[in-house]
Amino acid sequence: MARSIKKGFFVDVSLQEKVDTANQSGARRPIKTWSRRSTITPDFVGHTFDVHNGKSFISVYVTENMVGHKLGEFSPSRTFRSHGSHTKK
Amino acid sequence: MPRLLGVDIPGNKKIEYALRYIYGIGPTRAKLVVEEAGVDPETRAHQLTEEHLNKLTTVITERKFGVEGDLRREIAASLKRLQAINCYRGLRHRRGLPVRGQRTSTNSRTRKGARRTVGVIAKK
Repeated sequence: MARSIKKGFFVDVSLQEKVDTANQSGARRPIKTWSRRSTITPDFVGHTFDVHNGKSFISVYVTENMVGHKLGEFSPSRTFRSHGSHTKK
Repeated sequence: MPRLLGVDIPGNKKIEYALRYIYGIGPTRAKLVVEEAGVDPETRAHQLTEEHLNKLTTVITERKFGVEGDLRREIAASLKRLQAINCYRGLRHRRGLPVRGQRTSTNSRTRKGARRTVGVIAKK
Protein backbone atom coordinates (compact mmCIF):
# COMPACT_ATOMS: atom_id res chain seq x y z
CA MET A 1 0.00 0.00 0.00
CA ALA A 2 1.22 3.47 -0.82
CA ARG A 3 2.22 5.93 1.85
CA SER A 4 -0.39 8.42 3.02
CA ILE A 5 -0.01 11.81 1.33
CA LYS A 6 -0.83 13.51 4.61
CA LYS A 7 2.56 12.53 6.00
CA GLY A 8 4.54 13.82 3.05
CA PHE A 9 7.81 12.41 1.75
CA PHE A 10 9.98 10.43 4.12
CA VAL A 11 13.50 11.80 4.41
CA ASP A 12 15.94 10.87 7.13
CA VAL A 13 16.54 13.85 9.40
CA SER A 14 20.31 13.50 9.14
CA LEU A 15 20.16 13.68 5.35
CA GLN A 16 17.70 16.57 5.33
CA GLU A 17 20.10 18.56 7.51
CA LYS A 18 22.98 17.90 5.14
CA VAL A 19 20.89 18.97 2.15
CA ASP A 20 19.71 22.10 3.92
CA THR A 21 23.21 23.22 4.83
CA ALA A 22 24.38 22.47 1.28
CA ASN A 23 21.51 24.53 -0.13
CA GLN A 24 22.24 27.47 2.16
CA SER A 25 25.95 27.58 1.52
CA GLY A 26 25.47 26.76 -2.16
CA ALA A 27 28.06 24.04 -1.90
CA ARG A 28 28.16 21.59 -4.77
CA ARG A 29 30.23 18.96 -3.03
CA PRO A 30 28.82 15.43 -3.12
CA ILE A 31 26.75 14.51 -0.09
CA LYS A 32 27.78 11.23 1.40
CA THR A 33 24.90 9.21 2.78
CA TRP A 34 23.83 5.80 3.95
CA SER A 35 20.21 6.76 3.90
CA ARG A 36 18.99 4.72 0.94
CA ARG A 37 15.46 4.81 2.29
CA SER A 38 15.05 8.55 1.87
CA THR A 39 12.74 9.83 -0.83
CA ILE A 40 14.20 12.35 -3.26
CA THR A 41 12.41 15.67 -2.78
CA PRO A 42 12.56 18.69 -5.11
CA ASP A 43 15.25 20.40 -3.00
CA PHE A 44 17.62 17.50 -3.72
CA VAL A 45 17.73 18.37 -7.41
CA GLY A 46 21.12 19.42 -8.71
CA HIS A 47 23.09 17.81 -5.90
CA THR A 48 25.31 14.80 -6.20
CA PHE A 49 24.88 12.11 -3.59
CA ASP A 50 27.28 9.36 -2.70
CA VAL A 51 24.83 6.61 -1.84
CA HIS A 52 26.13 3.63 0.03
CA ASN A 53 25.29 0.23 -1.46
CA GLY A 54 26.56 -1.83 1.45
CA LYS A 55 30.10 -1.89 0.15
CA SER A 56 31.01 1.34 -1.56
CA PHE A 57 29.49 4.70 -2.41
CA ILE A 58 27.84 5.16 -5.78
CA SER A 59 27.62 8.76 -6.92
CA VAL A 60 24.18 9.78 -8.08
CA TYR A 61 23.50 13.09 -9.75
CA VAL A 62 19.88 13.95 -8.98
CA THR A 63 17.78 15.33 -11.81
CA GLU A 64 14.22 16.56 -11.81
CA ASN A 65 12.55 13.35 -12.94
CA MET A 66 14.11 11.37 -10.11
CA VAL A 67 11.87 13.16 -7.61
CA GLY A 68 9.62 10.71 -5.79
CA HIS A 69 12.05 7.81 -6.04
CA LYS A 70 14.22 6.61 -3.18
CA LEU A 71 17.96 7.19 -3.17
CA GLY A 72 18.59 3.46 -2.88
CA GLU A 73 16.96 2.82 -6.24
CA PHE A 74 19.98 4.40 -7.89
CA SER A 75 22.63 2.49 -6.03
CA PRO A 76 22.33 -1.21 -6.88
CA SER A 77 23.38 -3.47 -4.04
CA ARG A 78 23.73 -6.72 -5.96
CA THR A 79 26.09 -7.68 -8.72
CA PHE A 80 25.20 -10.33 -11.24
CA ARG A 81 28.15 -12.40 -12.38
CA SER A 82 27.06 -14.37 -15.42
CA HIS A 83 26.40 -18.09 -15.40
CA GLY A 84 28.30 -20.78 -17.18
CA SER A 85 31.72 -19.19 -17.60
CA HIS A 86 33.69 -21.67 -15.51
CA THR A 87 35.70 -22.80 -18.50
CA LYS A 88 38.50 -20.33 -17.75
CA LYS A 89 41.47 -21.38 -15.64
CA MET B 1 -18.34 -3.86 -38.77
CA PRO B 2 -18.56 -0.56 -36.90
CA ARG B 3 -15.57 1.63 -36.26
CA LEU B 4 -14.90 3.32 -32.96
CA LEU B 5 -12.09 5.76 -32.23
CA GLY B 6 -10.43 5.27 -35.58
CA VAL B 7 -8.99 1.83 -35.76
CA ASP B 8 -11.06 -0.54 -33.71
CA ILE B 9 -13.53 -2.86 -35.39
CA PRO B 10 -15.17 -5.04 -32.75
CA GLY B 11 -17.26 -7.91 -34.06
CA ASN B 12 -20.86 -9.05 -33.76
CA LYS B 13 -20.84 -9.26 -29.99
CA LYS B 14 -22.83 -7.33 -27.45
CA ILE B 15 -21.29 -3.86 -27.12
CA GLU B 16 -20.18 -4.37 -23.57
CA TYR B 17 -17.96 -7.17 -24.81
CA ALA B 18 -17.09 -5.61 -28.16
CA LEU B 19 -15.71 -2.51 -26.45
CA ARG B 20 -13.09 -4.63 -24.74
CA TYR B 21 -11.33 -5.05 -28.08
CA ILE B 22 -10.21 -1.45 -27.72
CA TYR B 23 -6.75 -1.29 -26.13
CA GLY B 24 -7.20 0.36 -22.74
CA ILE B 25 -10.80 -0.71 -22.15
CA GLY B 26 -11.46 -3.74 -20.02
CA PRO B 27 -14.53 -5.16 -18.29
CA THR B 28 -14.94 -2.30 -15.81
CA ARG B 29 -14.56 0.54 -18.25
CA ALA B 30 -16.67 -1.19 -20.90
CA LYS B 31 -19.58 -1.53 -18.50
CA LEU B 32 -19.21 2.05 -17.32
CA VAL B 33 -19.09 3.45 -20.85
CA VAL B 34 -22.17 1.52 -21.93
CA GLU B 35 -24.12 2.69 -18.91
CA GLU B 36 -23.10 6.28 -19.26
CA ALA B 37 -23.84 6.43 -22.98
CA GLY B 38 -27.32 5.10 -22.30
CA VAL B 39 -27.07 2.31 -24.84
CA ASP B 40 -29.08 -0.85 -24.34
CA PRO B 41 -26.48 -3.44 -23.28
CA GLU B 42 -28.28 -6.14 -25.28
CA THR B 43 -27.51 -4.55 -28.66
CA ARG B 44 -24.85 -6.11 -30.84
CA ALA B 45 -22.02 -3.92 -32.05
CA HIS B 46 -23.12 -4.02 -35.70
CA GLN B 47 -26.66 -2.90 -34.76
CA LEU B 48 -25.43 0.35 -33.27
CA THR B 49 -26.68 3.53 -34.89
CA GLU B 50 -24.42 6.41 -35.83
CA GLU B 51 -25.82 8.32 -32.87
CA HIS B 52 -24.94 5.57 -30.43
CA LEU B 53 -21.41 5.30 -31.77
CA ASN B 54 -20.92 9.03 -31.35
CA LYS B 55 -22.21 8.84 -27.82
CA LEU B 56 -19.84 6.03 -26.92
CA THR B 57 -16.88 7.93 -28.35
CA THR B 58 -17.74 11.11 -26.49
CA VAL B 59 -18.06 9.21 -23.21
CA ILE B 60 -14.64 7.64 -23.73
CA THR B 61 -12.96 10.90 -24.65
CA GLU B 62 -14.72 12.97 -21.99
CA ARG B 63 -13.84 10.55 -19.25
CA LYS B 64 -10.20 10.91 -20.39
CA PHE B 65 -9.76 7.18 -20.83
CA GLY B 66 -6.39 6.73 -22.43
CA VAL B 67 -6.88 4.32 -25.30
CA GLU B 68 -4.95 2.84 -28.21
CA GLY B 69 -1.95 4.80 -29.51
CA ASP B 70 -2.03 7.43 -26.80
CA LEU B 71 -2.00 4.83 -24.06
CA ARG B 72 0.75 2.84 -25.74
CA ARG B 73 2.81 5.98 -26.10
CA GLU B 74 2.24 6.88 -22.46
CA ILE B 75 3.42 3.46 -21.32
CA ALA B 76 6.46 3.58 -23.57
CA ALA B 77 7.31 7.04 -22.24
CA SER B 78 7.17 5.98 -18.62
CA LEU B 79 9.32 2.93 -19.35
CA LYS B 80 11.80 5.18 -21.11
CA ARG B 81 11.85 7.55 -18.15
CA LEU B 82 12.58 4.72 -15.74
CA GLN B 83 15.41 3.50 -17.93
CA ALA B 84 16.84 6.96 -18.50
CA ILE B 85 17.23 7.81 -14.82
CA ASN B 86 19.06 4.58 -14.15
CA CYS B 87 16.91 3.44 -11.28
CA TYR B 88 16.37 -0.13 -10.15
CA ARG B 89 13.05 -0.51 -11.93
CA GLY B 90 14.61 0.79 -15.13
CA LEU B 91 17.43 -1.71 -14.83
CA ARG B 92 14.99 -4.58 -14.41
CA HIS B 93 13.04 -3.48 -17.46
CA ARG B 94 16.25 -3.30 -19.46
CA ARG B 95 17.26 -6.81 -18.49
CA GLY B 96 13.77 -8.21 -19.02
CA LEU B 97 13.49 -9.44 -15.45
CA PRO B 98 10.58 -9.00 -13.03
CA VAL B 99 10.42 -5.44 -11.74
CA ARG B 100 8.52 -5.76 -8.50
CA GLY B 101 10.78 -7.91 -6.41
CA GLN B 102 9.52 -11.36 -7.40
CA ARG B 103 11.79 -14.37 -7.13
CA THR B 104 13.81 -15.29 -10.20
CA SER B 105 15.39 -18.55 -9.08
CA THR B 106 12.32 -20.30 -10.42
CA ASN B 107 9.25 -19.01 -12.24
CA SER B 108 8.98 -15.49 -13.67
CA ARG B 109 8.78 -17.13 -17.09
CA THR B 110 6.51 -14.39 -18.43
CA ARG B 111 9.31 -11.85 -18.19
CA LYS B 112 12.20 -14.15 -18.95
CA GLY B 113 10.62 -15.96 -21.89
CA ALA B 114 11.11 -19.59 -22.75
CA ARG B 115 13.74 -21.54 -20.84
CA ARG B 116 17.31 -21.28 -22.07
CA THR B 117 19.64 -23.70 -20.38
CA VAL B 118 23.00 -22.32 -19.39
CA GLY B 119 25.32 -24.91 -17.99
CA VAL B 120 28.94 -25.33 -17.18
CA ILE B 121 30.89 -27.27 -19.76
CA ALA B 122 32.45 -30.18 -17.90
CA LYS B 123 36.24 -30.48 -17.82
CA LYS B 124 37.72 -33.50 -19.56
